[in-house]
Amino acid sequence: MQTHFEQELAGLKQKLLTMASHAETAVRQALDALLARDEELAFRVRDNDSIIDRFEVEVDEQGILLLAKAPLASNLRLIAVAMRVSHNLERVGDEASKIAKRARDLAAEPPLKAGIDLSRLAEMALSLLQAALDAFVNSDPAAARALIPRDKEIDQLNKDISAALTALMMSDPQTITRALHLMVVAKSLERIADHGKNIAEEVVFLCEAQDIRHTARPTP
Amino acid sequence: MPETPVQRIQVSPAAAASSAARQAAAPTLIETRDLSLYYGTSQALKNISLDIPEKLVTAFIGPSGCGKSTLLRCFNRMNDLIDNVRVQGAVRIGGEDICSPEVDLIELRKRVGMVFQRSNPFPKSIHENVAYALRLHGLDKRGGLDEVVERSLRQAALWDEVKDRLHTSALGLSGGQQQRLCIARAIAIRPDILLMDEPASALDPLATARIEELILDLKTEFTIVIVTHNMQQAARISDLTAFFYLGELIEHDATARIFTHPARKQTEDYVSGRFG
Repeated sequence: MQTHFEQELAGLKQKLLTMASHAETAVRQALDALLARDEELAFRVRDNDSIIDRFEVEVDEQGILLLAKAPLASNLRLIAVAMRVSHNLERVGDEASKIAKRARDLAAEPPLKAGIDLSRLAEMALSLLQAALDAFVNSDPAAARALIPRDKEIDQLNKDISAALTALMMSDPQTITRALHLMVVAKSLERIADHGKNIAEEVVFLCEAQDIRHTARPTP
Repeated sequence: MPETPVQRIQVSPAAAASSAARQAAAPTLIETRDLSLYYGTSQALKNISLDIPEKLVTAFIGPSGCGKSTLLRCFNRMNDLIDNVRVQGAVRIGGEDICSPEVDLIELRKRVGMVFQRSNPFPKSIHENVAYALRLHGLDKRGGLDEVVERSLRQAALWDEVKDRLHTSALGLSGGQQQRLCIARAIAIRPDILLMDEPASALDPLATARIEELILDLKTEFTIVIVTHNMQQAARISDLTAFFYLGELIEHDATARIFTHPARKQTEDYVSGRFG
């Protein structure tokens, strides 16, 4: 049987997962708005961002209260991790809003055939975020560790897209405004993947009490 | 992309009901107004005005000698047993002035149960410890005495541990079990209020955790006022906290507030262990 404190911890985790659900939905809707040139949907993403913001505040408040109850060991880590994961999810929501804003701007412009694989970047970023959240739900540090290298692939794809868009702008200055919007969208997707990686690192800390942030070997 | 388990989670409106809302909705059961208490010429309580809501846990905290146990004992007039005690001001329970000389102390203490720092079971069987007061109040076997004993022991989370040895001596129980027996004994006569004076301070961490769980279970039925020196315990189990210093009530507020952003510097210094 769960103790009252364990029930409160479960409540905190539940709140975080609900927040994650909102953040994922926001990204998905922002991408749908971009692809379908749906301004109304883009506005909805912006308006719903305040829900995610409120979750961040609530997770923090609940976390601080639980810390006052002197939790130990894994419970202590869960509270610290929950507060950091919620911060990452709030940022994911912000990135979704940025994408939605660019979707609105692009919808007002003629369509652009840029020849870039933005859908693949979106697929990879969302997939990394979802897998990190699943690792959190399942308390699976091995799955979390396996995700971390995928962030590098996403970084590389973002660089390739930026290079392609730069080339496009140089060849046809008429595309500059639209290409810049797309660059911002690609950068946001890359940042969403970063937040997914951060969450994966938090899962490792939660399960193994080992802090693996900032441990990658610096590039020579 | 496939839907993940995370996406299927919905916000539960019931889960959103906050502790603050419950506190705001709870009516006052105990109130003190300008309550002062003197031991001879020494003033132990100074003009305490405090409202304690029903069916919540209120914690009294403060350094030794601050008056928290003295105030607790005002609620069932245990201070009457001490020589040279003089009380000024009012203590009302359910609107009734309990300091009045007309108050029937037996009825008052039936309504306001108490559990002390050191468990004090009677040197009798486990069953008899709980049954004793019930018999005094006229309950017998035909009236359901055994059922009430069982219900009380279950409520005190002790039944499973003692059901096969109900007629053995209560003094053979561990310290934590004895304290839960004292709680069973106190709740057997269905008081409205349960006063607890450092009920877990003589127990090990595991037994303490069981008492804390028990308090959280019991608050659905009883109004609980607990004196504790353990700050984390107050944070874990209470809805409201009152901080006392040198006989004065310094701050009384929701526990969440007292432990995260108290209004008074003195409170913050105490709860964070800087003095006391």
